[in-house]
Amino acid sequence: MSSTDLTGDQKEFGEYVRRWLTKNAPPPPPERLPITPIEVMTIGQRDYLQAWQRKCYVAGLVGADYPKAYGGHGNTGFQRIANQEMNRAGVPFLINIVGLSMAAPTILQHGTEEQKRKFIPGCLSGDEIWCQGFSEPGAGSDLANQRTSAVRDGDEWIINGHKVWTSLGHFAKWMILVTRTDKTHKYDGLTYFLCPIAGHPGVRVRPLVKITGETGFNEVFFEDVRIPDAYRLDDVGKGWAVAMTTLLAERGASEGAGSGGGGGASAIEQLIDLAKSSWRNGVLAADDPVTRDAIMRRAIVAEGLRQNAKRARVPALCDHPMRLPLQQKLTASEFQQDNARLGVEIAGAHSTLYKRDPRAPHAGYWPLAYLNSYGNTIAAGTNEIQRNILGERVLGLAKSK
Amino acid sequence: MTTTKTAPRDFGFGEDEAMLRDTARKMLSERLPLEKLRTLVAEAPEPVYDKGERAPWDKQLWAEIVAMGWTGLAAGEAEGGSGVSLAGITGMVEEVGRHALPSPLIPTLMASLVLRQAGGAVASQILARIAGGATASLAITNDRGSWEPEDAPLIASDVAGELVLHGDARFVQDAFKADVLVASARLGDKIVLCAVETGAKGLSLEADHIHDLTRDQASAHFVGVRVGAEAIVSRDAELVLEGVWPSLLVLVSADLCGASERLLQTTVDYAKERVQFDRPIGFFQAVKHPLVNAMVEIDRARSLLYYAAAEIDAGSGKAEIAARMAKSAASDAAAFISDRAIQLHGGIGFTWEYGLHIYFKRNLHNQAFLGDGVHQRKKLAELLIGPLSTSPNLDR
Repeated sequence: MSSTDLTGDQKEFGEYVRRWLTKNAPPPPPERLPITPIEVMTIGQRDYLQAWQRKCYVAGLVGADYPKAYGGHGNTGFQRIANQEMNRAGVPFLINIVGLSMAAPTILQHGTEEQKRKFIPGCLSGDEIWCQGFSEPGAGSDLANQRTSAVRDGDEWIINGHKVWTSLGHFAKWMILVTRTDKTHKYDGLTYFLCPIAGHPGVRVRPLVKITGETGFNEVFFEDVRIPDAYRLDDVGKGWAVAMTTLLAERGASEGAGSGGGGGASAIEQLIDLAKSSWRNGVLAADDPVTRDAIMRRAIVAEGLRQNAKRARVPALCDHPMRLPLQQKLTASEFQQDNARLGVEIAGAHSTLYKRDPRAPHAGYWPLAYLNSYGNTIAAGTNEIQRNILGERVLGLAKSK
Repeated sequence: MTTTKTAPRDFGFGEDEAMLRDTARKMLSERLPLEKLRTLVAEAPEPVYDKGERAPWDKQLWAEIVAMGWTGLAAGEAEGGSGVSLAGITGMVEEVGRHALPSPLIPTLMASLVLRQAGGAVASQILARIAGGATASLAITNDRGSWEPEDAPLIASDVAGELVLHGDARFVQDAFKADVLVASARLGDKIVLCAVETGAKGLSLEADHIHDLTRDQASAHFVGVRVGAEAIVSRDAELVLEGVWPSLLVLVSADLCGASERLLQTTVDYAKERVQFDRPIGFFQAVKHPLVNAMVEIDRARSLLYYAAAEIDAGSGKAEIAARMAKSAASDAAAFISDRAIQLHGGIGFTWEYGLHIYFKRNLHNQAFLGDGVHQRKKLAELLIGPLSTSPNLDR
């Protein structure tokens, strides 16, 4: 992005963030970090990342555009700058991804004053880790097919059910939870709660192991779990609309409360670097015209994503206001996946070497990233669902359900 | 060149640029709706495809376009043009593509950009003529299909200050609509640029038989064409052509983006109306998802298109990379939506009378013109990865 896109305040803030990140880059982690926040496995990783998020938060890099009353820093148009700079600096990612990109924006839009004051500060500082309770064994792409029930009992609700694919569930203090409160209406029978998890009676978190061999996500069982009505977000029966707010935020349609880090050398630079050091059947991959073409395809997509983000802010060059924002989740997740797969191809025989092999290119990153990439093409609404949404909401085609 | 400047805000696409684009869209949608375009260029296949006639174009509409000043967009104000930014021209050319306008507008703009890049009195005079309504085209492609500046199609010899041109320039766009050809020729170890009247003695045009119905194309045969000092644009033009190349790629990419968006919308409309198995076919994911994929590709091309235009306007060192990315993305997006548009329309899209083929062929022509995606990516790899076989790390 060119600096002329920014106001004077934004430029000044960008310079501040750059300076701050140079001075405050954290020490190397005590143990290898996973690729993204949704795979944090160990207490050592968590403690290191939580300390980093708190530091960024105190410095104003997280919650930059959130109101001061809710723990934010009260600015406008600063978060985007901070996100970009954190990506560029190659610093660790922010661990509280569900809190920042899902819980906080949803509570900000649907919460009571009391809820905003109680819940948002912990999302921003990272002191309170959040997880998401949307998916169930029988409710994946058909998200409204929720079975987990919430039954009212005076000033309390009693929750029973089973949630799956719960990233960070093993460290979470809170969950954004969609439940069924009325069996007679599929969409209007849902209600949204902010549910305590860690140490709460009746809640059981069981780790699931991914195709990478890593843990990091979980299933969560609710057995007669009692929570106060004060933890209900928005009205009874409004759960679907609230969940849509969450999903829109998650899919990257807004700047959020903070994201970034985990970037480092650009994906394309990494691929070029790999091609210049990968011998396949005695030939350097960087000298293979087919590989060169494949890397340039990725470079074009990378630049296209950057320029899409820029064009999305020029109304005169956007035919439909949601056309570019709604592509974000689809294009970003497929970009990562295609890059990782190409990295595996480029590494040739060396791509067989996994994380612990000392000869593995980039410490086994490529096969790990490729295996892991399916997390993002499936999560937050599979990319098939994303294509339905784009086809229906942007192109106006008939609904596929 | 390392004088990298910062590209302007919002790609330099402000109110003036939007107004030019919107005026073009309104004018062309009124004056050249699809029905009229079809009647104009595709009443029947025989005249063009069997009898070898050139596809017709609307000269009255052209007169209006000239009157609106579009031909002078790339000429400076000193030459009577409007000196609009490339971002502004790009917006207008997208509309030209969207309406598949048959006209010498794009070749004239391309020749103008070359002249503007060359600078000097001769270029200035021709630009003034173009601003006044003259048409032009580039004759810079040789017999082997190379448009690399050093592979000029013609040979020049210097005879007492005049140049004499010999050779065959191939793939000259809308040559039969052009008043002037801006031709490149080799003179010793230099490349020269000349402005040659299409009626000049010793110059003959031989029409190519092409599938695209929205243009003509020719081989220009030069047999001892004499060019006086008043028509020698540059005697050292290799850097001129290299420098202007990103702009030429942007114009073709803009045409491709406009035409591709039109194909997308046309096919989306059809998928909403056409009912099979009791449902509009857009209900089915085998129809819906490819259209979304096409949208994603078109959006990528369009973002890269305006990025490239802005970088060129800023005189940035990234102009060539950006423009080659745009042309690669636009060519591939066009190939994909052209393919899906015909396929998803089913039988009707395959007919002559329905007219989708007009866009399909224009896109197919433009994909190849100045290099398809594979070609652009080969050039990009040289810029971003480095030349073949000289990569570092040869020590295993």
